Amino acid sequence: MIAGFLTRRLAGLAATLVAASFLVFGALYLAPGSPETFLLAGRAANPEALAAIRAQYHLDDPFLIQYVKWLGQMVTGDLGQSVQYRSPVLGLIEARLPGTLLLIAMSALLVVLFGVGLGWISAVRGGATDSAVLVGTTVALGTPSFVAAIVLLWLFSVKLGWFPTIGGGQGLADMIYHLTLPSVALSLYWIGVLTRVTRTSMLDELGREHVEVARSRGIPERTVIRRHVLRNALGPISTMSGLTISGLVISTVLVESAFGLGGLGEFLARSVSVKDFPVVQAISLLIVALFVVVNLVVDLLYPLIDPRVGYGARGAR
Amino acid sequence: MSAATHVLEIDGLTLRLPRTARPVLDGVDLTVGASEIVALVGESGSGKSMTLRTALGLLPRQAAVGGSVRVAGEDVLTMTPARLRDLRAGTASMIFQDPRAAINPLRRLGDFLTESARINGGAGGERAVVRARHLLAAVGLTDRVLSQYPHELSGGMLQRIMIASALMNDPGLLLCDEPTTALDVTTQAEIVALLADLRNTFGTGMLFVTHDLGLAAAISDRVFVMYAGRIVEHGPAGSLFGAPRHPYTAALLDSTPRLEAPSERLAAIPGQPPDLRAPLSGCPFAARCAYAIERCRAERPEPENGVACHRAGELVLATVREGDRPRA
Ligand SMILES: Nc1ncnc2c1ncn2[C@@H]1O[C@H](COP(=O)(O)OP(=O)(O)O)[C@@H](O)[C@H]1O
Ligand code: SF4
Ligand SMILES: [Mg+2]
Repeated sequence: MIAGFLTRRLAGLAATLVAASFLVFGALYLAPGSPETFLLAGRAANPEALAAIRAQYHLDDPFLIQYVKWLGQMVTGDLGQSVQYRSPVLGLIEARLPGTLLLIAMSALLVVLFGVGLGWISAVRGGATDSAVLVGTTVALGTPSFVAAIVLLWLFSVKLGWFPTIGGGQGLADMIYHLTLPSVALSLYWIGVLTRVTRTSMLDELGREHVEVARSRGIPERTVIRRHVLRNALGPISTMSGLTISGLVISTVLVESAFGLGGLGEFLARSVSVKDFPVVQAISLLIVALFVVVNLVVDLLYPLIDPRVGYGARGAR
Repeated sequence: MSAATHVLEIDGLTLRLPRTARPVLDGVDLTVGASEIVALVGESGSGKSMTLRTALGLLPRQAAVGGSVRVAGEDVLTMTPARLRDLRAGTASMIFQDPRAAINPLRRLGDFLTESARINGGAGGERAVVRARHLLAAVGLTDRVLSQYPHELSGGMLQRIMIASALMNDPGLLLCDEPTTALDVTTQAEIVALLADLRNTFGTGMLFVTHDLGLAAAISDRVFVMYAGRIVEHGPAGSLFGAPRHPYTAALLDSTPRLEAPSERLAAIPGQPPDLRAPLSGCPFAARCAYAIERCRAERPEPENGVACHRAGELVLATVREGDRPRA
């Protein structure tokens, strides 16, 4: 059953990627002006550069052939030339990827730790703890990540001088140090979201009869919470965690720019503004691929979390 | 019967909840002897489940309780949390109405069966599994269910597992809260037969809550009738159903279908049980009682010889004919 499920899901994954890549490629033709002038982004068109671009994008071929050839190049790692840097896109991305991945990983870790932790104590303790957490999450949910970035920078870097104001750092330890404030800025909103989801989901489960039954059998309260409440609340928590990863990826664009981290998100933002189309295409595809993979992982996890959901029917949840 | 042989001894149990005008439980006296089956009957909302739950110290958060509830001689209401856990894990256990709601749907049934023994018993998982296999055989199931999930089994099978899990620690007292209500008729009969059988095998005392008088008559040695949080009548099953002395017991019997005469018209008890939000003076049944007199509304009848009715001495409640007693 799981093999069939995987095949179906992988086929779906491929279809999504093809559709997304088609849009990403077709965007070239939706832009005003001819593809060449767009790809040149208003730079002086010397004949050599023009010829190179026509060759790279197979602009002399029919549209569909252009797309297929372009896709073939993308798949084999030839992501084209950056217009602004005049060097291969692949290399530019590779240089920026580790910092961005580390930032996303650190933020995701913060979100899961604090989101689940705060939601947990909020649901279990109730009362004043619950109210305080609710106020905290309301603030977190109302604060855009770039505002959080500015406030954190002002307080911890400018006023207190605990953290650097700019740059991504060299080497793992230094990178983690440099990425601490950015990951906090990035995760704040999503901590609010996951806290709320965890709290609601655990409160739902706390009210279940089998929880009371576990207590009636002399299971200590902490064990009841862990084995029967949190465990059963994992479905919505894992679904939201998947969405969180996607949300974090999007937010890197703003946060990396605010902290001058020189990562992929910042690269994407700058490339959009200078119309460096090959870079925008490549990063967009990368993001779509990441979304699809995260989605697949969550789908694969679900039957492990809830044995009533098989790998067969997707709509069965 | 002396106090020492009682596995459960409830004395003047009173329980109040916030925002109510009268106690949910009002001076409940009830005993269950070792390997005795006692039925607690009454309409829904009368406080049967609440009575059962206090025996395990499972009280609503803001409940104010008075009186005493002794299980195997120890008062549950004054126990430390640690002692209470020991009681729940060893001395007394409970079977619930709806096994599908009472068992965690995400864990294997083997886990459900052995969880308490593993965590509290100190015996280790191996011995718990051995005991679980033994009890599964006793309730008529195979070891296969140990690795199955609740959604893979029928309600009747799940209730058997519930029963097996309640017997894991060889309790002296088994509390059954309408254990057959959620099941179909055939399965009901099987579960009742199983419980009666287990009493003989394991010598467990049982307090059996039901609103099914036929079932109570079939399974129990003694019966307590509850109305609006009070015990209005109690006695041996035979004499209580054969010659009820409280008008409420008689009315309950009249509203119970009988196997011998299933088409007979049933006399539903007119009116509603008293609301928790309204204060109650006099006899709680007065508003619905055909025999009520002035005194009933003014003065609360105290239990005397097992019946709490001002007119118990004079009334002849011949509503149920000889040989026409309810049977399961
Ligand atoms: N947790 C609770 N909070 C408030 N009222 C409750 C609670 N549990 C039960 N009650 C009320 O207490 C009364 C007795 O309930 P219960 O013991 O469940 O009755 P029975 O089992 O006889 O049907 C009912 O009126 C019910 O509404
Ligand atoms: S005391 Fe009065 S009202 Fe209550 S049951 Fe007896 S006769 Fe009826
Ligand atoms: Mg009940």
